[in-house]
Amino acid sequence: MNVIAPPAAPPPAVAAPAPTPAPQERRVALRGVPREELGVAAAALLAGAAFAWVLYGRILPTSGWQGYLITAYVSFLALYGFSIQLRRNAVEARDRVATAVITTGIAALLGTVGTVIVYIFVRGSGSLDADFFTETQEYFGALSGPDVAVGAAHAIVGTLEQVALATLMTVPLGVATAVYLNEVRGRLAQVVRVVVEAMSALPSVVAGLFVFAVVIVGFGQNRSGFAASLALGIMMLPIVTRTTEVVLRLVPGGLREASLALGASELRTLWHVVLPTARSGLGTAVILGVARAVGETSPVLLVAGGSTRMNWNPFEGEQESLVYFIWRNIKSPSDRLNSLAFGGAVALVGIVLSLFVLTRLLARAPGELSRRQKRRIAREAAAAGPSRPSPS
Amino acid sequence: MTAAPLEATADRPRKIVVRRTAADQAYRWTTRVAACTVLALLGAIGVYLLRRGWDAIDSAGWSFLTEDRWQPARGTFGVKGLLVGTTLVAVTALIVAVPIALTGALFITEFAPRRVRRTLTSLVDLMAAVPSIVYGLFGFFLLQPQLIPVSRWLAEHFGFVPVFKVHKLEGSSRYADGQFASSLFIAGVVVACMVIPICCAVMREVFSQAPQGEKEGALALGATRWGVIRSVVLPFGRGGIIGGTMLGLGRALGETIAVAIILSFNTGFTIRVLEGNGSTISTLIILKFGESDPFSLSALMAAGLALFVMTLIVNVVAGLVIARSRNGAATEI
Repeated sequence: MNVIAPPAAPPPAVAAPAPTPAPQERRVALRGVPREELGVAAAALLAGAAFAWVLYGRILPTSGWQGYLITAYVSFLALYGFSIQLRRNAVEARDRVATAVITTGIAALLGTVGTVIVYIFVRGSGSLDADFFTETQEYFGALSGPDVAVGAAHAIVGTLEQVALATLMTVPLGVATAVYLNEVRGRLAQVVRVVVEAMSALPSVVAGLFVFAVVIVGFGQNRSGFAASLALGIMMLPIVTRTTEVVLRLVPGGLREASLALGASELRTLWHVVLPTARSGLGTAVILGVARAVGETSPVLLVAGGSTRMNWNPFEGEQESLVYFIWRNIKSPSDRLNSLAFGGAVALVGIVLSLFVLTRLLARAPGELSRRQKRRIAREAAAAGPSRPSPS
Repeated sequence: MTAAPLEATADRPRKIVVRRTAADQAYRWTTRVAACTVLALLGAIGVYLLRRGWDAIDSAGWSFLTEDRWQPARGTFGVKGLLVGTTLVAVTALIVAVPIALTGALFITEFAPRRVRRTLTSLVDLMAAVPSIVYGLFGFFLLQPQLIPVSRWLAEHFGFVPVFKVHKLEGSSRYADGQFASSLFIAGVVVACMVIPICCAVMREVFSQAPQGEKEGALALGATRWGVIRSVVLPFGRGGIIGGTMLGLGRALGETIAVAIILSFNTGFTIRVLEGNGSTISTLIILKFGESDPFSLSALMAAGLALFVMTLIVNVVAGLVIARSRNGAATEI
């Protein structure tokens, strides 16, 4: 822990009869690394890299960047801990080494997600031209010449229709279930909560298999976009339910009680108090569900059928979707189709990313005011006169 | 002012009778029906898989769990090799993912400034929302070539451990590297990318509920930040660590597309994770469902049932562990 001595304590204003001087206050900084320790860390990093270069590159008969990185990292930790121990003591050295390890963990996590997204964009954004959004794959085979237009319009249409259908079916059911869990609190609530928790990690391939067994084998329907949206709905349901439940739990109980005490019925309390208070959170729940459904692949492979043609009708005939498009074309021997598959992945990641930006914009605690609402209140307060305290 | 003496009998609380309107009754019933639908859905998944898969389980008997070939048309099929493959992929994924998720969660709750915390949290959520087929592409085209030297190093230096053994170690060449491609190990590392955010989210949630008073007490006694983590946060969050790891295990067991892109399909029994052998149940289902012969389909349903039961047990246990470690109604005012 870093201890900073304060500037000289101010002398007491009144000569009070103080027999013992007040103990000097010492401020403890919990966050941040002081400058001189940054220097130690940088030096240890440099020394670790150099040591690993000598040991790994010159002495041991090994090669490859992976091993170098690990050797360098371990020697950095050892040198860093040792130098802190020389400057201070063993307890602080342990603290610093643990801090370094924990920081490395978050760096690895962010590095992974960053690498995935950047890699997909670099490989795939080249194939996102006008054809990608307007053409289908109907007339293109692996051996077609470069003059045949090919795109993913059919897949984009399929994805949008399937996800929209799944959302329409899932959101009312999921929100109603969450209301049951948190507002009605019936006898089954605990059981339902455990079941929803279990469903949230249901393997998507099992959901696909279930829909396959019921709709295609059981009812004898053909593969269609609608069957895919059923499977996507099963995957979305637990996410929507759990997120909504968490948001409803954050609605202050006082609001509910005030509404009930004023004589409103339960339904009116839900409709006019609870749900509006949690509105932004409900939006987040829906968006998280959609983000999951957009990228769910295996159920779509099982029940949507897939097709290289445009099919506008999700209830009739086989339908493509972006994930199916990627799966089909990544295995193709044609380079052009391979890069199209990466283009599909870019579209997919782009959709997920924009949905996440949306959740960030919506993310507010229930009851918290948006910037615009705050501005309006401030304006009205200013207009009403300076005597009123401004509600912030 | 003196209070008027109250009669003891008047102090009894009155009985509250709730009379609900018809609309309220309808509202209660609607949500009840919705909740029951969710219950029924999970039940139906199990029942349907069991019913459709029963033919296959019935005809195979116990050999369903001890046979590693998959030839339903000839009547010999079983999931022994696939079960082992699924487990090995999941265990590899956890070994890679849990340290990163744990340190990441600790950083977010204990080290990050308040403003950065929200951004980091939503980045972890974003990592969970990246589609698994995208991780599959990333793993196959970018990660696999970088992991093959690691596989080779493990095989050279730890070949005496049965798990890391390879059939025959060839010299380093482009051709010989092929034996390390499409292995369970590489699939496991890719699945780890998908497991990290799930583990991290659960652990972060539990760590952030570590009692503030005890943390401050530890600081007041002169503990360092690591001291606080070791003596308060980690012991308090033990349930979250175990539960998060198990939830990650559940996700890793069911992961399909990324694994299917990387593995070469092969139902044989193997515990050698570095060789391009072995496969998982989900890969079997996704690659073999095209066989429309009803009995093969029934066998696939049985395999799906095995996967379903496995993940269900893991997830329910994980849910119980997590539920015991935190109190959900803490935010009520």
